[in-house]
Amino acid sequence: MTGTASNVNLVVEQQSPGVLLIRLSGNYCDQIGPDVEVVWEALSRVPVVESLSFESSGLTGWDSRFVAFVFKCAELCRARNVELRHDGLPEGVRRLLRLAQAVPERKDVLRSAVKAPFLENMGKRALKGWAGTTAMFTFLGENVLALGKLLRGRAQFRWADAFLVMEQCGPQALGIVALINFLVGLILAFVGAVQLMKFGASIYVADLVAIATVREMGCIMTGIILCGRTGAAFAAQLGTMKVNEEINALQTFGISPIEFLVLPRMVALLLVMPFLCAFADFISIAGGFFVSVGMLDVTPTEYLTRTVSAIQLKSFLLGIGKGCFFGFLVAYTGCLRGMQSGSSAAAVGEATTRAVVTGITAIVASDGVFAVLTHVMGI
Amino acid sequence: MAYGSHVVMREISARVKRGSVFVIMGNSGSGKSTLLRHMIGLLRPVQGDVFYDGRSFWGMDDEARRVQSRKWGVLFQSGALWSSMTLAENIALPLLEYTDWSANDLNDIVRLKLALVGLNGFEDYYPAEISGGMRTRAGLARAMALDPEILFFDEPSAGLDPLTSRNLDQLILELRDSLGATVVVVTHELASIFMIADDSIFLDADTKTMRAQGNPKELLKHSTDAKLKAFLTRGEFSGEAAARPVTS
Repeated sequence: MTGTASNVNLVVEQQSPGVLLIRLSGNYCDQIGPDVEVVWEALSRVPVVESLSFESSGLTGWDSRFVAFVFKCAELCRARNVELRHDGLPEGVRRLLRLAQAVPERKDVLRSAVKAPFLENMGKRALKGWAGTTAMFTFLGENVLALGKLLRGRAQFRWADAFLVMEQCGPQALGIVALINFLVGLILAFVGAVQLMKFGASIYVADLVAIATVREMGCIMTGIILCGRTGAAFAAQLGTMKVNEEINALQTFGISPIEFLVLPRMVALLLVMPFLCAFADFISIAGGFFVSVGMLDVTPTEYLTRTVSAIQLKSFLLGIGKGCFFGFLVAYTGCLRGMQSGSSAAAVGEATTRAVVTGITAIVASDGVFAVLTHVMGI
Repeated sequence: MAYGSHVVMREISARVKRGSVFVIMGNSGSGKSTLLRHMIGLLRPVQGDVFYDGRSFWGMDDEARRVQSRKWGVLFQSGALWSSMTLAENIALPLLEYTDWSANDLNDIVRLKLALVGLNGFEDYYPAEISGGMRTRAGLARAMALDPEILFFDEPSAGLDPLTSRNLDQLILELRDSLGATVVVVTHELASIFMIADDSIFLDADTKTMRAQGNPKELLKHSTDAKLKAFLTRGEFSGEAAARPVTS
């Protein structure tokens, strides 16, 4: 039986009854490795094989693929209870083979490739979902307790940290909040103008922009921006701290990570969000103003007068209140996912993604609940 | 060697003999890892060059440097495995990048490399699921993926228990003997230095120079450098320089 590849050659022959010999020659460096199938066929064809030996005097070069071939031959021999004699192999290959066989394969650690039944999978998913929900409520409870301790002045809380976070998610976010909300104001005015012009009611663009902005768009857009910007940053910061065991270090000193790390972020966002929302409202209305005054026959005075008359205090306060709640959601989801992060770089990335997805979903879902509640309450 | 205007080390000149184990030793902060990064082309020396077989590394064009880089494998501190990939994928990635081997061949090589470091059976594990010592060994398996001519190790024993560390040293020697590879190791572990080094250099953070070159056992016997002897005897040598506190 022979297997060849360019300048290399492999021959399996029966040296004596029960003894097979593999003759190898040529240079196996950067060549297709010898085919173990040839050896397998030979072992299958000969009824009784006691040992397998090598003859490699014609071998001029070898690399890892050659060693892998010998390693597979050794496994084949072990499975068939055949003695492998490797004294005919080059010294380096013999050493590597000994090294590779020094630690037997751990069968107990092998991952099973068997697919779990559908019901088992469903059960596991349900348990995982339940554990996730429990963890979310536990985290919420811990935060409420920590907030209570803060109000009583007993929390391990540093205002310097809170002010730093306030600066990062407040003044430093003004640019992006302004840009997005200005564009949203423009879009609202454009969409409204096209429809209202048909009825000669262009002046009501101001009402549309003002009400939509202060009740919905200002707070929701600001919440989403902060979720992508600040919530992701919270998750990445806390996740990295977990990877570096900084959170474990805090706990060993008896310092609560919730009070020391989560609470400052939560408080900072709760305090900053009302101002950011008010700022977003103002900028968005300015966007509508540009479209109305530029495109429609609306004077600046008319626009501003209509805007002021359209905005009710309760609508404005509703928007600000929702903004505060969205701020809480952003901090809550960001910190939750950060604290739940695994201990690898990939886990931190995953935590960041989950923070943004959970945050945005929570904001949109809760806004729907607010819409129903305000309708029922007549606000 | 410098980071911006901060000079880390100057006037280093040493030859590494093919097939030997060459150790870069020195106190913490003496620039051992920085020197290694210069040797593997991650950092460019401010002055001077690194030569492989007499060819200037920084004088080569990008393609030639890439070809040269293929000839070495590097084990970074604590393995530096890619955390989003399994051990098998970690080892297979350089093979996929540089060879056109079949999937079966890749699989065989991955199994062999993991077997060589005693990790057969752990192919489907992620780095986060195994211990620090296993991560280091898996990093070594990855470093060996392309049958390198030179193996670089950056503090391979860092964070390992003495027994695991000794086993790793034995593995390094075994690989040197069986593969015929040249091995360059950065370490300050004296037990490792005396066990594996054929040749070594000693870097000094205070003078920012290379103070000695030679076999560490010979250096310990014959060197008159008090600082070097203090390092090699863990400060038990009672020379004048040894009495001074280490400032690095």
